[in-house]
Amino acid sequence: MIRRLAHVDRVGVEERAAELGKRSIKTTAKQQGIRLAVSMLDLTTLEGADTPGKVRHLCAKGVCPAPTIPEIPSVAAICVYPSLVATARAALRGTGVRTASVAAGFPAGQVSLEAKLCDTEDAVEAGAEEIDMVISRDAFLAGDDTLVMAEIVAVKERAGDAHLKVILETAELGSYDHVRHASMLAMEAGADFIKTSTGKSASGATPGVCLVMLEAIRDYADRTGRIVGFKAAGGVSTSKAALHRLVLVKETLGDEWLTPERLRIGASSVLNDLLMQYSKTETGRYGRLEDFSKE
Amino acid sequence: MTIETRTSIVWDYAPAPESADHIRVKDRYGLFLDGEFREPAEGRYVPTINPATEQPVAEVAWAGPGDIATAIERARDAQPGWAALPGLERAKYLFRIARLIQERSRELAVAETIDGGKPLRESRDVDIPLAAAHFFHYAGWADKLRYGVGAREVTPLGVVGQIVPWNFPLLMAAWKLAPALACGNTAILKPAETTPLTALLLAEICQEAELPPGVVTILPGDGSTGAALVRAPGIDKIAFTGSTAVGRDIQAALAGQQVGLTLELGGKSANIVFEDAALDQAVEGIVNGIFFNQGHVCCAGSRLLIQESVRDEVVGKLWARMRRLRIGDPLDKNTDVGAINSAEQLERIELLVAAGEEEGAVRRTIECELPERGYWFAPTLFTEVSPAHRIAVEEIFGPVVSVLTFRTQAEAIEKANNSRYGLAAGIWTDKGSKAFEVASALQAGVVWQNTYNHFDPTAAFGGYKESGFGREGGPAGLRPYLRVVR
Repeated sequence: MIRRLAHVDRVGVEERAAELGKRSIKTTAKQQGIRLAVSMLDLTTLEGADTPGKVRHLCAKGVCPAPTIPEIPSVAAICVYPSLVATARAALRGTGVRTASVAAGFPAGQVSLEAKLCDTEDAVEAGAEEIDMVISRDAFLAGDDTLVMAEIVAVKERAGDAHLKVILETAELGSYDHVRHASMLAMEAGADFIKTSTGKSASGATPGVCLVMLEAIRDYADRTGRIVGFKAAGGVSTSKAALHRLVLVKETLGDEWLTPERLRIGASSVLNDLLMQYSKTETGRYGRLEDFSKE
Repeated sequence: MTIETRTSIVWDYAPAPESADHIRVKDRYGLFLDGEFREPAEGRYVPTINPATEQPVAEVAWAGPGDIATAIERARDAQPGWAALPGLERAKYLFRIARLIQERSRELAVAETIDGGKPLRESRDVDIPLAAAHFFHYAGWADKLRYGVGAREVTPLGVVGQIVPWNFPLLMAAWKLAPALACGNTAILKPAETTPLTALLLAEICQEAELPPGVVTILPGDGSTGAALVRAPGIDKIAFTGSTAVGRDIQAALAGQQVGLTLELGGKSANIVFEDAALDQAVEGIVNGIFFNQGHVCCAGSRLLIQESVRDEVVGKLWARMRRLRIGDPLDKNTDVGAINSAEQLERIELLVAAGEEEGAVRRTIECELPERGYWFAPTLFTEVSPAHRIAVEEIFGPVVSVLTFRTQAEAIEKANNSRYGLAAGIWTDKGSKAFEVASALQAGVVWQNTYNHFDPTAAFGGYKESGFGREGGPAGLRPYLRVVR
């Protein structure tokens, strides 16, 4: 395959993305937007120190984020390492919140394909309904698109019915042209979702990166008719940032994409900020961090 | 409950109107003459209308010939003293005006929007900040004028008459006043008939900045006021921004006299999209080029030239993007396209659009709810346009873009230059060498590469051919306000 990069203009992308950050989201729009953002969260814990206890706490938080505000929905999924999938799955049974797992040598991806497939299989067998895999940035940067795609195809096959989210780790790709190209490769290879980042590198779901990926999803859908979802992960830590991402999706892909089946926000710390902002719209004053459980 | 069965949450932006309560619009504004607001000699007051509601905003005095004569006398009296101030001292006044514009930016933005119909998003983020930036920029030149004209000795021209249009009322006033004052001239500004409000607020700012009386005079009125100002004895230079027809009339009136003249007139600017462009960003540039300020922009990219190989893709993306534009209350912070400036302008747009349909071009106008009152025109795209069609030749000055195609670079250049105008052009390509080659072949005063409608006080702006002559902005903008002595 000959690499033909589509052109993306950095200045233009960043201007447009910043302009959409100026949409005024107030009153009822803010409340609905926050509820929507919560319903799309992949509430995530990816630490070496994660224990079953911590994961169970996080699951409870995800199912019922704010017991005092019943109109706040459950999050979309809980995302953990493969070793904790069984714990999460048990805690989430019957709640409608899905169990997601990172796999395939997360976060660097610097292991053999065989190891990536085993990792994936482990997670799926333990009950993961969604798999977040990383692409091989080494292969991508070396120009080996075939290898990048082949790995995605293999992991997708091993993941079976589980939804496959393909992480591009955009901070390591070096340019928007590359982000767009990697998005296309991932979609061509069968990704159900494309996702910005692992959350483990310098930057993540910046507005510009999100916009480029959303435009790629739109163009791919126009061309093939296949709907691919989008997950913004890494650096979305405030309500304002979360609402900005929703605006980007709304005005690039349209309202049809504003559903957890097509859009996710991966985050660990944004949930409580969303809850605080929501209660502020109700009470007119800012709450305290202690008002909400940490997990 | 699974994700698939959850009730979906519908999300749209709630109305987000900027409050107009904080702005102090008086019921009536006099002429700003000799440093104070005065009754017009003939006592004529005319209401200025909010084009989004058709409601009057304030009553504004219109200057008659007597007022113009008095204004010129006062400006002439004030000029030697103003020119004699050290450049640094003149700069201090300009800096003060710039800072006061910034301090009152919210108020000025709202006033600009209710008087002219442009979306608050634009008056807030473009018009007002750029107006302040122009005063800042030329304040910096005031004590180094000779270095702006190649280290020659310079003197000011004297009293300058300045006539500005209704599309960027405060910004055009700033473009005109800032260099004139920095160079040591005194100025008489005539704002446009339909949008005098922010110029009058600028008059308040001049008072607050304690600008010496007579240095700035503001005389609202209609075309006849402008014509009288042009013909009045005692003016050393006229600077005009507006239509080519009026520009021609002014040039004829001034022929054979020692009166300086610069004209910034109409345009039918080409926005050229090559097949190797970043297409999504090009679409943003097309939208910004033609729907910015409802297309009431002299350099609007109204002739869209697309390379045939990407024509369908670009038109498809453009149409999809157009359908997401938000039309309506200009004071709403989420509005992208506001009201047409006047009933007269709306009529002209409708006339030309009808001509486009009659001549066989294919019209697509976005479906959207338009407010019942006020003047509105929904963003419109014409395809199957021939270079001979009126909509490809005449300036529409509205949210209407005409799509033409080309096959080769040479054809693109030929088509772009095939116009009596030559104000601006846009080039969209990811290939740097091509961009430079095309830019140097285009007969346009401003060429934007991979962007459109970006303005900066440091950059010269002005036309070729029937788009006028003279430059505004940057060091080039000093030259029309100076006489080179030696």
